[in-house]
Amino acid sequence: MAMIDVKTEITGNVWKVEINEGDTVTEGQVLVILESMKMEIPILSPEDGIIKELRIKEGDVTAEGDVVAIVEA
Amino acid sequence: MNKVLIANRGEIACRIIKSCKKLGLSTVAVYSEADAKGLHVKMADEAYPVGPASAKESYLVADNVLKVALESGAHFVHPGYGFLSESSRFARAVEEAGLTWVGPSPQSIDDMGDKERAREIAKAAGVPVLPGSPRFDVGELDTIEQAGKAVGYPLLVKASAGGGGIGMRLVERPEQLLEIARSTQSMAEKAFGDGTIFLELFIPNARHVEVQVFGFGNGEAIHLYERDCSLQRRYQKVIEESTAPGLPEVVREKMVSVAASLCQHQKYSGAGTVEFVVDADTFDFFFLEMNTRIQVEHPVTEMCTGTDLVGMQIRLAQQELPPIDQASIVHQGHSIECRIYAENPAKNFMPSPGPLKRFKLPNETHDIRIDCGFQEGDQVTFFYDPMIAKIICHAETRRQAIDRMLKALHEVEIEGVKTNTQFLIACLKHHDFVSDNVSTGFIEKHLPDLIGSAHPETNNQLIFR
Repeated sequence: MAMIDVKTEITGNVWKVEINEGDTVTEGQVLVILESMKMEIPILSPEDGIIKELRIKEGDVTAEGDVVAIVEA
Repeated sequence: MNKVLIANRGEIACRIIKSCKKLGLSTVAVYSEADAKGLHVKMADEAYPVGPASAKESYLVADNVLKVALESGAHFVHPGYGFLSESSRFARAVEEAGLTWVGPSPQSIDDMGDKERAREIAKAAGVPVLPGSPRFDVGELDTIEQAGKAVGYPLLVKASAGGGGIGMRLVERPEQLLEIARSTQSMAEKAFGDGTIFLELFIPNARHVEVQVFGFGNGEAIHLYERDCSLQRRYQKVIEESTAPGLPEVVREKMVSVAASLCQHQKYSGAGTVEFVVDADTFDFFFLEMNTRIQVEHPVTEMCTGTDLVGMQIRLAQQELPPIDQASIVHQGHSIECRIYAENPAKNFMPSPGPLKRFKLPNETHDIRIDCGFQEGDQVTFFYDPMIAKIICHAETRRQAIDRMLKALHEVEIEGVKTNTQFLIACLKHHDFVSDNVSTGFIEKHLPDLIGSAHPETNNQLIFR
């Protein structure tokens, strides 16, 4: 069981959260959509697994390197 | 009657303020919480807040902007581009409040804002439009094969509710049409709740050429020649220029004259842009849409024609613009505009907001113009679009203009945010660009050359709104 930190690469605003804690996700699935400079930037699951922890909610501001979720793979 | 409210921010607000000052008019800026220290606020004679950082709660709230206009005693409202510039509701509200809207009539905004109506109007004015079909509702595909034949191949199946490249499928051969039409309908129904589709001729090797027009509201209108804006990435323009490279003179003449007649036909008032898609192989051109506002790339036209389009807009709104004869508009030399974006080309052009720790742009000269809404020390926030400056240059020939722009770009020093400056240099130096071989597919086609050896470090897809 590996715990993987899913990080954001940009500063922006959390526009949509597509998952809940406990959800089963697959590699490449959209977890969260950020909004920055009029662009939507989806954050994808790096592996198949379960959302162990969700650290952000819609409307939050994220900075580069912030952990948005932890996936147990 | 001498006070102008500028309902915008950033470089375009600053640029409008400059023209107002030249005309001896006083200026009122509006700002969101994120822009309280913005350059446009410093440049204006007065400035008032209109809401929080998010544009939806500030610059896009017509009531807030109108309230400032009335309370500050402004006589004119200039919307710039983006935000409320193409809101006929806002334009009407401004006029109903007894102020003067610096722009075309709300009716013109409505006519051109509805893409289907715009197409019909263009057709009626004798402007070539892309061959297309009527709409097909879900399950009503009996006549689609005849429609496909009439449009011609290759063609696009487009979802009526789609846009910006979403909900579009390419059909290369007639036998594929029915199947692709069915699947596009079902996809569109799921994605947009509307499965209506239509067909449109697809131009594989296309250029984007647009014509600057200016109408006087009485049926008279002039054109100020064309701009080639083929260098785009995800529907976002990157480099614009005039003259359109390699466009045969006879095509250019026809294009600018039909654009002007569309405006005359519409009794259009003020600055506008008629956009065309041009087949890069045959130079056939077709109406795309008309933008009823000043455009980001208008300085390219100003440098080639020696005009001040924003000044003309304001003088027209003041009813003080003397008649301008088409023959008095002379296009000289070649002009190029490069848009500096706060983005990271090496990371799939990911937005790069941040502080402008160092921000040095080339000095303005007779041949180099800088339109910019930032100063060193300012913050480029993630709330607004990533364009931080425009560099515009002019020269006798295209080759000289490219060289002049390259020299200017080498003088750019920006730290604190990533920018596309090196990417712009690579575009301008590219063999195909230098040899007039531009198309809307240029950037995608040459991307590995243009971003150097750096591979995109992420597979994230950006969707530009």
